[in-house]
Order: sequence, then structure tokens, then C-alpha cells
Amino acid sequence: MKPKYLSILIAGALTYTAVLFNAHNSTVRASNEYRLSRTASDDVSNGATVTGKVAFTGQAPKNHAINMAADPVCSKSHPGAAMSEEVVTGPDNTVANALVYVSEGLPGRTFEAPKQSAVIQQKGCQYHPHVAAVETGQKLMVENSDPTTHNIHPVPSNNREWNQSQMQGAAPLETTFGREEIAIPVKCNIHPWMKGYIAVFKHPFFAVTGSDGKFVLKGLPPGNYTITAWHEQLGTTTQKVTIAANETKDVNFTLEAQPNH
Amino acid sequence: MSDVAHNLTRFAAAAVFLSSVVVASSAQESHIGNLTGEAKRGKELYQRYCIGCHGQRGDGDGDNAPHVDPKPRDFTVGTFKCRSTPSGSLPLDKDLFDTIGRGLYSTAMPRWFPLTRQQRADLIAYVKSFSPRFVEEEPGTPLEIPRETPSDEGSVTRGRELYQTVAKCSQCHGKEGRGDGPSAATLTDDKGHPTLPYDFTAGTKFKCGESDQDLYRVLMTGLDGSPMPSFSSSLKPEQAWDLIHYVRTLRPGFQQTAQKTKEKKTSGVSSAGTATDNTRPSVH
Repeated sequence: MKPKYLSILIAGALTYTAVLFNAHNSTVRASNEYRLSRTASDDVSNGATVTGKVAFTGQAPKNHAINMAADPVCSKSHPGAAMSEEVVTGPDNTVANALVYVSEGLPGRTFEAPKQSAVIQQKGCQYHPHVAAVETGQKLMVENSDPTTHNIHPVPSNNREWNQSQMQGAAPLETTFGREEIAIPVKCNIHPWMKGYIAVFKHPFFAVTGSDGKFVLKGLPPGNYTITAWHEQLGTTTQKVTIAANETKDVNFTLEAQPNH
Repeated sequence: MSDVAHNLTRFAAAAVFLSSVVVASSAQESHIGNLTGEAKRGKELYQRYCIGCHGQRGDGDGDNAPHVDPKPRDFTVGTFKCRSTPSGSLPLDKDLFDTIGRGLYSTAMPRWFPLTRQQRADLIAYVKSFSPRFVEEEPGTPLEIPRETPSDEGSVTRGRELYQTVAKCSQCHGKEGRGDGPSAATLTDDKGHPTLPYDFTAGTKFKCGESDQDLYRVLMTGLDGSPMPSFSSSLKPEQAWDLIHYVRTLRPGFQQTAQKTKEKKTSGVSSAGTATDNTRPSVH
């Protein structure tokens, strides 16, 4: 081969390599962050709504008093007994801290992360909210209003594990999660009773119930969906729903409390 | 086919071949200083030295794993204890290289004396190939370790206050540093196996190195996969040094050694005028 062709070949190969690298990187970015063009704004105008309640059947699992004596700062912040929050219930067996979300029906759709941050507050050596929910790429601020040190330690299976301490008066920790995961357990190793969850969704159609068990999913594009209700102790259950433009549908979920709770 | 078209075809074929070689090899390499490690060579070494504990798939489930505590590292998740990079980020190749050279004290991971630097670099390249994270992500920005402050009485006193009250180290490591704090018994690693906090009275053989700088790095980047958090967003550098100076005083025999050092220093002519004696004995 003539030297002229050889030099063209090498230059071409290098360019091609650079292109390959770029293509590879952008694929990774897209699959990790799901931040592409949002089409939901069009959908909101004729969006459908799914609303309802989450309740349970069976024996109501009992929460227990937490002994916070290991850190007097924590025990002093609770004049009465601090209670665990594994199963928080309301009237008529409604369940708080349940996630309700679209689990199927949005194939290939991508959504931009909302500008507004979600917040987890560490107060009285417990997490508020107990179950937080964010979109991929959405900022999550973790605040410490306790006069003690916490460490925030998410233990994900589909995101990066990290572990940051936050002393009294320290600035809020700001973080994001790149991949959908329902839900990431969060713990504080310093105060082992502290347990919470962070759910990460790649779309905006999710809600966390209050103790009345109520939820609302708004702005859904018309279509067929599977909606899932998730609870850390009571498990999951799903329902299929078909909704038309501007329609509002009631969908109620019943989780089964296992006898051994 | 014209000459031009013919050459273009050859060019395209060669370009595809060359670029695939470049892409494949860059993900399968390690770089430590001037050394370049290659996964292909590392694989042979891995199968000879590492596979027994870390397993064929690098998931820490080798034949010996059931008999080993703490459990062998699962390379597929890309989480590593000894890092110079922030908690949650990938380590530098050099961090992994140093771990192989140093071993992990109080675990089944020995110091790999028989391996040359080149072999260690090759192993790192192969170990990285077990986790897709090394293709998808860049390592974090390494921590800068500032100049150590003097280890004087003031620093030790401030360190004690941080350890016992403010930073809550005592909650796990215990009031006397014996690793028996109120939360110690509840601790588990990332696989759910019980794990114990470091006992500072047991000596100075720390997992990620024995120097004050090594301790600074652990304190500020944490030990990922373990309950030990990073304090980078909580502690100022001088506070971190204070803490390190304090935990150095927890080891047995410290008082006597410190006293001797002091006597030696005050009797010596050259150091008689030193106002802030570094009373911490050197570490062997």
C-alpha cells in the first residue's frame, strides 16, 4: 500500500474511533438518566387522572417503641416513646407510606426531571418522610435538624451505594439517582433504628400515600396502564386500568398483611 | 471497481478493525503512573491467585468464600473500600493497585509480595472488567490531602471532643476506641454480613494504610460497602487531623511511649526550644 493511502487510513480510523466513543458515551448517558425531551406537557391538557386508596386486610402489624437511649440527643427529642414506622395505618385500614405508580404502559417515553427538589429531613432521629420519591435526575436534599451527627447510607441494588456523614448544623446534602429503583433502603449506621426508603422513578406518575391511604396520579396520557401499589412490609399488588383523555378513574388497592407480622 | 473505490473499501474495513481494537483495549486497561496493565494478562494471574476467593465471575463467591470473614469483595458492583475518590464514586486504578500491594489487614486478603508491579497493574485491568461501571463512569475526583497540622495537646483535646460528642465516632467505635460502641453490634456490610468497627486499642494496622495521611483519606472518603461514612461534607481538614491525632492516643502503651518521647525530647539540646512537641510516637 502506498504511504499516501496508509496515512489516510490511519487518520480515518482515528476519526471513526472518536465517533464510536462519542456514540458509546451518549448511549450510556441516555440509559442512565432518562433526561430527554418531555412530552408530558402536551399530555397534561388532555391528561387523565387515577385516584384511589390503599388499604390492607388481615391483622394490623404493630409498630414498636424505639429505644433511643444509645444517643441521648435522640431520646430527649421524644417526650413520649418514639414509634417505629414500618406500618403506619389510618381509619378503615388505610395505609400510609405506600407508593402508587405506573409500572407498565409508558414504553420508550422519557421525561425531564422536575426542577423542584425533593427533601428528606432527619428530625428526632427519624426520617421525614419515611418514604421519599423522586424522578431520575431530580435533586434530593437531605437535611439534618437534629443536634447530633447522622450518616446517610442508601443501600441500592441498581444505583451507586454511598455513605456520607452529616454533623449538627451541616449544610444539606444534595444528591441525585440515575436509575429507576423501587425502593432504595436508607439507613443511619450511627442510629441503627433509623430506616427509610427512597423510590426513584423514570417518569412523573407516582404518589406516596398519607395515613388516609389516598393517592392521585395526574396528567396521564390516555392509554392502558398497570398501576402498582408498594409497601415496605405489606408487599405489592397491581391493577390494570384503561383511561381515556380527561377521564378520572378510581382504583383502590388492598394489600394483605401476612399473619406473622 | 475503480482504484479509489477499492481503496475506500479497504480503508473502511481497516478503520472498523482498528477502532474495535482501540475501544476494546481501553476498557480493559489500567494505568498506574507509567505502567499500563492489560486485562488479558491479568486474567491468567487472577485465575491463579484470586479466583479461590473472588470467584470465576468476580462476584466474591469463590470456593473459599464461605470460610472467609469478612467476605471477599464482589467486583461486579464496583464498590471498593480503599479509595482516594469520594464515597459512591469509582476508585482510581492506583487505589486498587495499592490495595493489592498492601493487602487488607484483619481480612483474608494478603499482601501480594510475589507479584511484580506490572502483574499488579495487569490484575487491576482484569478486576475492572467485572463491573460495567468502569465502562460507564469515570473515577471520582481524588481527595487532596492538605498538610498535617501539629499533633499537640490542643489538637488531641479537640479531637477527643469530636470523637466523643460532635462527630459521634464513639457511637460505633466506643468511648475507649475498643470498637464496642452502642451501635457496634448492629452493623452490617453491603451484603448484610455482620461487621465490626475498628478497635483503635488493637494497634495501628489499619485496612487502608497506616500513615496519618491514610487515615485522613479513610475519614474523608469513607469505606464504601461498610458502615463507615465519608466525613468530607462534615469535617474541616483541621478537624479531621484533630480526630486522627486523638485516635492515635487510644492505642495501648501510648501514654508510656508519649512520656518517653517527651523526656527524650526535653533532654535533647536540639529540641529543647520546641514549643509544640509532636508527642505522637512514630508508627512502625
